[in-house]
Amino acid sequence: MSAPTIDETATGAEVHEAPEQHAPRTGAFGNATGLACRECGHQVTLGPFYACPECFGPLEVAYAFPQVTREEIEAGPRNIWRYKALLPVPADIETSPNTEPGFTRLLKARNLGAELGIDNLWVKDDSTNPTNSFKDRVVACALSAARELDAKVFACPSTGNLANAVAAAGARAGIKTVVFIPSNLETPKQVNSAIFTENLVAVDGNYDDVNKLASEIAGEEDGWAFVNVNVRPYYAEGSKTLGYEIAEQLGWRLPDQIVIPVASGSQLTKVHKAFQELIKLGLVEDKPYKVFGAQATGCSPVSVAYKAGTDAIRPVKPDTIAKSLAIGNPADGIYVLDICRETGGAVEDITDDEVRDAIVLLARTEGIFTETAGGTTVGVLKKLVETGQLDTSLETVVINTGHGLKTLDAIADRVSPAATIAPTYAAFQATGLGAS
Amino acid sequence: MSVSVRVPTILRTYTDGESEVSAEGATLADVLDSLESSFPGIKARIVDEDGKLRRFVNVYVGNDDVRFLDDLATVTPDGTQISVIPAVAGG
Repeated sequence: MSAPTIDETATGAEVHEAPEQHAPRTGAFGNATGLACRECGHQVTLGPFYACPECFGPLEVAYAFPQVTREEIEAGPRNIWRYKALLPVPADIETSPNTEPGFTRLLKARNLGAELGIDNLWVKDDSTNPTNSFKDRVVACALSAARELDAKVFACPSTGNLANAVAAAGARAGIKTVVFIPSNLETPKQVNSAIFTENLVAVDGNYDDVNKLASEIAGEEDGWAFVNVNVRPYYAEGSKTLGYEIAEQLGWRLPDQIVIPVASGSQLTKVHKAFQELIKLGLVEDKPYKVFGAQATGCSPVSVAYKAGTDAIRPVKPDTIAKSLAIGNPADGIYVLDICRETGGAVEDITDDEVRDAIVLLARTEGIFTETAGGTTVGVLKKLVETGQLDTSLETVVINTGHGLKTLDAIADRVSPAATIAPTYAAFQATGLGAS
Repeated sequence: MSVSVRVPTILRTYTDGESEVSAEGATLADVLDSLESSFPGIKARIVDEDGKLRRFVNVYVGNDDVRFLDDLATVTPDGTQISVIPAVAGG
């Protein structure tokens, strides 16, 4: 699944107008050798490019990996830079300020497993990253690319979590940030961005409208690095670290099944890419595993296509409380379908009520407060069990991508005080909560 | 019908570096034919061999994605702005 090796004669400048393009230093992108189109294989030099000039397909980072050992990785820092040899970042990445995300906890979920009837269940809890979502991983890689390409502005269109991560990383790195969000975004996500940057721009429209605007700006403004637009190939590679960590934390082996939320689909494809790279590098045993994708029914174009048995993903207008998954036109949706089908997994979706139920379920069983995206993933895990699509005897990992404090409104009417009482023992006894 | 078309960076080699060009046509299909006559080769980058919009291209008439309208049959009123944008973004 990794991109092809780059031809040394590959260029890109002749098809990508970049008249005063900064020449990156040697080693700016580590062991990356170039960019290659995932659709047609066309090759492009490393630079601020994201769409294939031949077919508009997604450009992916190609590498010439050196021999990497488990010991070398284990001797690295307790963040994503322990995997720097496998990322498009320079060898001295740890010397430049960023939020140092990653190496989040992998929790054995005995209570949730018992509730769902899964014998061996783990939660990869990425809500403990610096800005409380997995986005810190991808943003750290995008920040490195932005620096190496001499970008002056660090920017993104976002459903919220990404804006938080970009704004925070930019503040720490001392680079100007501008983050664009849909104006109807949850207040906590707005505050969590605005606290780090003066340049939070609320756009009247949905995420896909914001994304369109960002693409237009990226095409017109010089010196802007939109993390998920013109430096997207580097940014997306950061999600591989979720896969690397899961394998390392399981004792250098792959799980049998993994359930991953799907917005653009990038995270799912990169976790799969990470597993494949670990196999090729001999760092884990080559074994089969199943990948499952999770969507909310109110924005489920990939799930709909999966169930219809087609590759044609019809864009939708999102209508769900799971706003961080509300991408109606998912860029990597087609690849999610390929991976889930090839591995024997599936793509499933659940209603907003089921999302809320699952948020409560995870909290009450494992003490993890997830946001709506995590509720979607846990709820889909439950549905996969109930519908017989997931083998409950196999080791399974479910990814929690963000913290519930960011989406309090979604759950506020589901949880409340059990009782409001006078400050007397008699009143307490009347609640029935006492031992006697 | 005269419309303006915003051209993405990777197609500007066809338009002499112009980011916005004029075209004619009552529908998006007509507009693409008009573009092709002015800038030979550009149409094949936007539609595939079967004449359908390429998977990784989004085309907007005004602010609306034509996939929510009538695809290539989407009408293009006089003065409309059409935007061609790579779909591989976001997330």
